[in-house]
Amino acid sequence: MAENTKNEKILVDIQHERLSFFTPAGEVKALNDVSFKMKEGEVLGIVGESGSGKSVTAYSLMGLTAYPGRLIGGTIDFNGHRINDMTEAEFREIRGNEVSIIFQDPMTSLNPVYTVGNQIEEVIKLHTDKNKEEARARAIELLTLVGINEPEKRLKQYPHELSGGMRQRVMIAIALACEPKLLIADEPTTALDVTIQAQILELMMELREKLGMAIIMITHDLGIVASMCEKIAVMYAGRIVEYGTTDDIFYNPKHEYTKGLIKSIPRLDAKDHERLVPIEGTPVDMLNPPAGCPFAPRCDSCMKICLREMPPVTYFNDVHYTQCWLNQKAEAEAAAKAGKEEADE
Amino acid sequence: MSNYLLEVEHLQKHFPIKGGGFGNKKVVQALDDLTFGIKKGETLGMVGESGCGKTTAGRTILRLHEPTGGKIIYDGETLFDKDNKIAVNMLPYRKKMQIVFQDPYASLDPRMTVGDIVGEPIDIHHLCSSKQERYDRIIGLLERVGLNSEHANRYPHEFSGGQRQRVGIARALAVNPEFIVCDEPISALDVSIQAQVINMFEDLQEQMGLTYLFIAHDLSVVKHISDRIVVMYLGRMVELADSYELTMHSMHPYTRSLVSAIPIADPVQARKSKRIILEGDVPSPIDPPSGCRFRTRCPYADERCAAEVPEFKEVTSGHYVACHHLDKVK
Ligand SMILES: Nc1ncnc2c1ncn2[C@@H]1O[C@H](COP(=O)(O)OP(=O)(O)OP(=O)(O)O)[C@@H](O)[C@H]1O
Ligand SMILES: Nc1ncnc2c1ncn2[C@@H]1O[C@H](COP(=O)(O)OP(=O)(O)O)[C@@H](O)[C@H]1O
Ligand code: SF4
Ligand code: SF4
Ligand SMILES: [Mg+2]
Ligand SMILES: [Mg+2]
Repeated sequence: MAENTKNEKILVDIQHERLSFFTPAGEVKALNDVSFKMKEGEVLGIVGESGSGKSVTAYSLMGLTAYPGRLIGGTIDFNGHRINDMTEAEFREIRGNEVSIIFQDPMTSLNPVYTVGNQIEEVIKLHTDKNKEEARARAIELLTLVGINEPEKRLKQYPHELSGGMRQRVMIAIALACEPKLLIADEPTTALDVTIQAQILELMMELREKLGMAIIMITHDLGIVASMCEKIAVMYAGRIVEYGTTDDIFYNPKHEYTKGLIKSIPRLDAKDHERLVPIEGTPVDMLNPPAGCPFAPRCDSCMKICLREMPPVTYFNDVHYTQCWLNQKAEAEAAAKAGKEEADE
Repeated sequence: MSNYLLEVEHLQKHFPIKGGGFGNKKVVQALDDLTFGIKKGETLGMVGESGCGKTTAGRTILRLHEPTGGKIIYDGETLFDKDNKIAVNMLPYRKKMQIVFQDPYASLDPRMTVGDIVGEPIDIHHLCSSKQERYDRIIGLLERVGLNSEHANRYPHEFSGGQRQRVGIARALAVNPEFIVCDEPISALDVSIQAQVINMFEDLQEQMGLTYLFIAHDLSVVKHISDRIVVMYLGRMVELADSYELTMHSMHPYTRSLVSAIPIADPVQARKSKRIILEGDVPSPIDPPSGCRFRTRCPYADERCAAEVPEFKEVTSGHYVACHHLDKVK
């Protein structure tokens, strides 16, 4: 699996990012003070439930925030660019070149009326000064790289003639055409069967070995992050509530949501039937998030202070941090005491 | 008499292909030779890749699709028998046999209140004689699945995915069924909500003595909830065994790769484990491979596999496998 990368250069540096969607129903604070860094060649997993902000975080990095969304605070630095200040024309320069993305459903991102060859060659010509023949040669090279047999024949086919797994390979080929520094994969295997998923994940890790790009893997599948990521960001209601190495998150989780998530999934190797421990309650209504800790309404350990104030960041080491009052020992104890006094009155 | 609540024998469903050319008699061989029994109070899990016939199996068992061949026996009564031309009226059995669907968004009528959605089967089967009785029954059902009376007057779009799935389950329970086909009932839900719904299925089974056919593509979930599991590939059963036995000591090459392909949510184990990566994709059920349908992706396939359909036979007690070369599979 992915070992520590030797390369220590920072590729992504997001600080205090705030991003809101100004919808007719009100402001949806999709990202609320999101900060993290990624080194070159690193594999980061982002997990969290639907609507927690995984995709929005990743897309903002490429200037792909959809209307009516707006970056309203913080800074985003990527590969030497200050993303906040970039124009659409400048984004077009880096997209597909320095950073690429693959989506859950490759059918929506491939154009049904052009052949696979057309689409790959188009991307190559956009970002290089290769001529038609050179672009075609490169396309064949790329299809071979992603494990597609008979690439010459495939180039002439249309997306609907390919299986789901094959289409995802084509998407990966397009994404890697210019050997980007960062590949964002947004649930790339959710629509695929497990045996095909295994093929695609293996391919991604192989390519990362070969090309050395960093990967942001967005998924709801804890199995996927456990097997392929070095770092994990756990998101809840537009915040990174816990961040750490894969081992930190799985073997030493500090946030109550992370703990709940790990406990709530069935294990294939369990011998006896153990009842699952679900996270009770329902996901946050992002239009009306609770005051204080957003997880409070579902948290078994919720204290009075949790309902009032957002917990500050607690660092356990250089990497591992969380935002949960239980880890603010002094504060938590004081709060518990105050709560007790109030209760005694 | 067997001790099975439900038995199917050689159950088959082929769909004619519409729009084929003149004289084109091609069919989708969606389900072939399904043979198993489910005991009262048992959960039989069914897994396999998309298109392998799981939904078809569930719907054909309930005769929501009319079978092309084979036999269905429920509680000792033959509901369908192609060879003996038996096809009984299903209406009385609709009360006993229910289905819960995968998509909690699409399976509920958006214009009906949740109370009426749950009440509809009660009306169809004339289960309540007064308005009050009907109301009480609906509220009782909502409470049973973790909702309450306030929810009865609301519409599906006001609910989260997990809550909608609860409504779908309450509706299935409305007629007091004995047997429920659960077709991927949690696939569309967030991980944190899946566990809630799984626990609810287990509780309801215990409280009401329900029998389940639990269909899913997630083997970890199926393993958790099922007593036994059947693995499907391209319309056929390839392996059936006790759920622990099936996941830990699988014999069929397809099951073995399926088990190994599941990403393990434990980093140390994940780093140690070796995946058996299958080549290629699942072939089309319109023109499935001859002999063993898995042979185009099987590392052990030889001429015999192309010539003969492997028999689905009991290899060790209660463990059935369809493969010619079990001795070679390591
Ligand atoms: N175009 C938009 N208009 C309004 N709100 C939006 C828009 N796109 C996203 N949001 C909101 O931003 C929040 C974060 O969305 P995001 O797509 O990042 O979620 P996610 O974590 O990727 O979820 P999923 O697992 O469902 O993909 C959600 O509350 C969502 O409703
Ligand atoms: N009504 C139908 N008409 C034609 N083909 C169908 C129909 N329903 C299912 N099929 C085909 O039968 C096969 C099995 O489908 P299905 O039972 O839905 O698979 P699963 O539920 O395992 O994903 C697929 O090839 C599917 O396309
Ligand atoms: S801050 Fe409080 S409510 Fe939030 S996760 Fe920690 S203990 Fe639970
Ligand atoms: S019968 Fe042959 S092709 Fe089928 S699973 Fe066994 S060895 Fe493989
Ligand atoms: Mg998303
Ligand atoms: Mg299905």
